[in-house]
Amino acid sequence: MSKFKKKKKGMPAVNTASLPDIVFMLLFFFMVTTTMRETDLRIEAPKLPSAVEVKKLEHKSLVCTIYVGKSKNVEKYGSGFNRIQLNDKIASAEQVPAFIINARSKVSEAEVPFMTTSIKADKESNVGTITDIRLKLRDVNALKVSYSTQKGAE
Amino acid sequence: MARRENPEINAGSMADIAFLLLIFFLVTTTMNVDSGVSKKLSEKPPPDYVPPVIKEKNIFEVNINRNNELLVEGERMDVKDLKDAAVKFIDNGGGIGKPGEDGTPGVACDYCEGEKSDASSDHPNKAIISVQSDRGTEYGTYIVVQDQLLKAYRELRNRLCQQRYNMSFTDLEAAYKDDKNNKELKEKVEAIRTAYPQIVSDAEPTS
Repeated sequence: MSKFKKKKKGMPAVNTASLPDIVFMLLFFFMVTTTMRETDLRIEAPKLPSAVEVKKLEHKSLVCTIYVGKSKNVEKYGSGFNRIQLNDKIASAEQVPAFIINARSKVSEAEVPFMTTSIKADKESNVGTITDIRLKLRDVNALKVSYSTQKGAE
Repeated sequence: MARRENPEINAGSMADIAFLLLIFFLVTTTMNVDSGVSKKLSEKPPPDYVPPVIKEKNIFEVNINRNNELLVEGERMDVKDLKDAAVKFIDNGGGIGKPGEDGTPGVACDYCEGEKSDASSDHPNKAIISVQSDRGTEYGTYIVVQDQLLKAYRELRNRLCQQRYNMSFTDLEAAYKDDKNNKELKEKVEAIRTAYPQIVSDAEPTS
């Protein structure tokens, strides 16, 4: 009888000694790929329009982003979808050139022609606002523009 | 001989700590690949700039009004028909193209498969698409229109590339991107791009 009992006694425990290794590997992967958002959004996260013919933005460090959308602070800025955010502040189109020139001063001279301006605008914004920004960008010769979109289905 | 050996540190909770960190990074990670419709703005014209005279038939006019409706070449149109209309216009090839920069005279488009109508564009390199929108037009509609127009170019480039090099332009571009130093690929990409150059201009919006 004692023989049978002994057999039943224990399933050997699964060896979990390598579990920390696996978890650490995953951890490092996510630590490396994470990019923390640099600016706080003063507008509500824009609902981007979707498009098929999109190009990926390269050279993240050479991209300056302009947000357009509805302000979070409705009492102060109203509920229209045409508020422009530069850096951390709600601004107007007149301040775009200063923003671009400021961004330019942070990169080397040779890289300036490759700088791209990414416009993240809500799909309910008006073209007029975008045009204002575009004219200001043209004034300071920031000619590469990318209208940020979601990748849509065919 | 009091201390014979260091007692081992208990590493049993290591996994828990790592998991905690892992979950934190999992939650905060945003894997956003920024993508968008890219555009090159035209340079600011000098004050005494006289715009060149362009024949009416070489301009494909797209108007978007403040109710997000489309008027294409004077007729109302749905967004879904825009691509085909643009393809038809670009690919018409009814005349001779732009003269080359070195003074060579323009040639007729030998790869166009359009109707060769006299009322539509002369050559893909002369065909200008002009998008005029209202200040009140929704940005979403504007992007959809831009997207449709780019799709028209993509379709034509793919077709030509398939005929010439037996691969789609999308694949060719991807191959060139992986191998930037390949002269042959570069030439091919350039050839297709000059065959169907993207000429989409934004007119000043009406208010």
